Amino acid sequence: MPRLDLFRGIALWLIFLDHIPFNVVNWVTIRNYGFSDAAEIFVFISGYTAAFVYGRAMRERGPIAAGARILKRGWQVYVAHVFLFVIYLAEISYVGAKFDNPLFAEEFNLFGFLRSPDVILTQALVLKFKPVNMDVLPLYIVLLLSFPPLLWSLLRSPNLALLGSGILYVVARKFGWNLPAFPAGKWYFNPFAWQFLFVFGAWCALGGAQQVASLIKSRTVLVLSVAYLLFAMVMTLAGHFPRMHQLIPTWIDRLVNPVDKTNLDPLRLLHFAILALVTVRFIPRDWPYLKWSGFRPAIICGEHSLEIFCLGIFLSFAGHFLLVEISNRAWMQILVSLAGIVIMVVVAWIMSWYKKLDARGPKSLPPQPAAGRPLAGDAA
Amino acid sequence: MRTLWLALAGVFACVGTALAQTGDCTEAAALVHADAGLSRAAPAIASRHELKVLVAGSASSILAGPGGTRAAYPVTLQSALSKRLPGVAVSVVNTAKPRQTAAEMLASFGQVLAEQKPDLVIWQTGTVDAMRAIDVDQFRAALEKGVDQLRAGGADVMLMNMQYSPRTESMIAADPYAEIMRGVALREEIPIFDRLAVMKAWNDEGTFDLSTTTKNSEMAEQVHVCIGRLLADLVVEAVDFAKEAKQGK
Repeated sequence: MPRLDLFRGIALWLIFLDHIPFNVVNWVTIRNYGFSDAAEIFVFISGYTAAFVYGRAMRERGPIAAGARILKRGWQVYVAHVFLFVIYLAEISYVGAKFDNPLFAEEFNLFGFLRSPDVILTQALVLKFKPVNMDVLPLYIVLLLSFPPLLWSLLRSPNLALLGSGILYVVARKFGWNLPAFPAGKWYFNPFAWQFLFVFGAWCALGGAQQVASLIKSRTVLVLSVAYLLFAMVMTLAGHFPRMHQLIPTWIDRLVNPVDKTNLDPLRLLHFAILALVTVRFIPRDWPYLKWSGFRPAIICGEHSLEIFCLGIFLSFAGHFLLVEISNRAWMQILVSLAGIVIMVVVAWIMSWYKKLDARGPKSLPPQPAAGRPLAGDAA
Repeated sequence: MRTLWLALAGVFACVGTALAQTGDCTEAAALVHADAGLSRAAPAIASRHELKVLVAGSASSILAGPGGTRAAYPVTLQSALSKRLPGVAVSVVNTAKPRQTAAEMLASFGQVLAEQKPDLVIWQTGTVDAMRAIDVDQFRAALEKGVDQLRAGGADVMLMNMQYSPRTESMIAADPYAEIMRGVALREEIPIFDRLAVMKAWNDEGTFDLSTTTKNSEMAEQVHVCIGRLLADLVVEAVDFAKEAKQGK
């Protein structure tokens, strides 16, 4: 699925860039030009791949075996999250111990929680305490944990399952259902709302995409889509420029804003769906340019999404640290951003190499029978 | 005698450069502009020749340590405003208290309005909410309610967002809260002092190196002086904005 991997790879780069605070390179990322951002791409494609890979496993080997593999994947994501949390703790402890300035007495109260590791570590392990930028993996963990029964129902009756998920989305938004967070508030990515995008991705993978094929080809839909994308772009840019904002009629502004990310505002959902629709129209699955070597770096990052996602979060911490320590000039920001992406590509390339090595491994031992284990499943 | 003069000249030169240095901080002035007016403060100045300002905020409106409040930006605000508005009795009262979220500050507004009867409330908030990761919808709701309440109490409102703190910016998600504050200011048509952007510009331009580690409060005091001056500029600009809007009608 090189097309999916391409877009997932690009989404991983965008997430990395967006996570470096005040990065000038942020201006190229899609969140500035429309309602939705890289998080939507990541969640949708994760749903799509999960259904594609585990759907086949469930058809071939039954729900128990496939369910067990999904849960194993959830466990891997959990371990990855805890690993990232440890890196975060290391960074915050270092800064807290080394740095002092009366100007920021208020902000440094943050380090106070290092005095109560009993609370903070337990809250992190139960996914209630989530440091800045570490909200996506907990969402993914919850989605994977609930995926086995969901996939089962998606295979039996895809449209009904999608409808059920849509109802949960609407009801959760209406009644404000969300999981609690520590020390206050709720989850940044409300799983009851965001599950709908994940399930929608899964639904598309299991034949839903064919059902909307006529929509994808329709000219009217295309015109409306482009109009909506332009509208979203104007509204989003106006949020950054007060002079531009004054030109927007108040009633439109009140209708649209604020566009809620936590509960996946319908405007965001629609914006993402339209982006996906337009993309699919112009970039078909067998698009010849997908083989172009210029896309290889993004595609191999997309093929190792969990590892590269975690690496991206780590690199955004590290990149920020360098910007504070060395220089925060624009050229340095560009350098750090580019270097981060290069590191992500190199690591993804090394992982592909390892995988090839593993695949080739058993063959070099002559007495081994041909019972090679299937690799595809764990690539989701 | 000659050496004395030389020494004195030296001292003046030093003082001069020091003043010039603090003067430099106005280079971020382009980031401070009024997109809305102060329609209540303007007539108070014109008819009563009086301007009562109240600062509601958290610890970043007070400097740490004993006597911190005497060097914090509200003090400079008062002197700078008095200079900019000759013949007007300007008073600035600082009610900031550490560790308060927007919702917690909101609870004290009723009493403060009744006791102080301010013409303008400068509401500095967002830091504690971001640190405690308060639900963004609740934060927005608290802001809107606070703005309504202050207006109903007869005061103009001006918002001030958080400080730019490079060491903690990857640990405190200031951005979403700052965005909400900018959004509320736009929609409610109230001026906002974008402290985050101003301090970021100072750090980028090298006016202040905000990632230095020090126990000394000298830089903190200079930063506050600069904030106070720019804030006074914004108040004056927003008052003029209101006057022009009124004449335009």
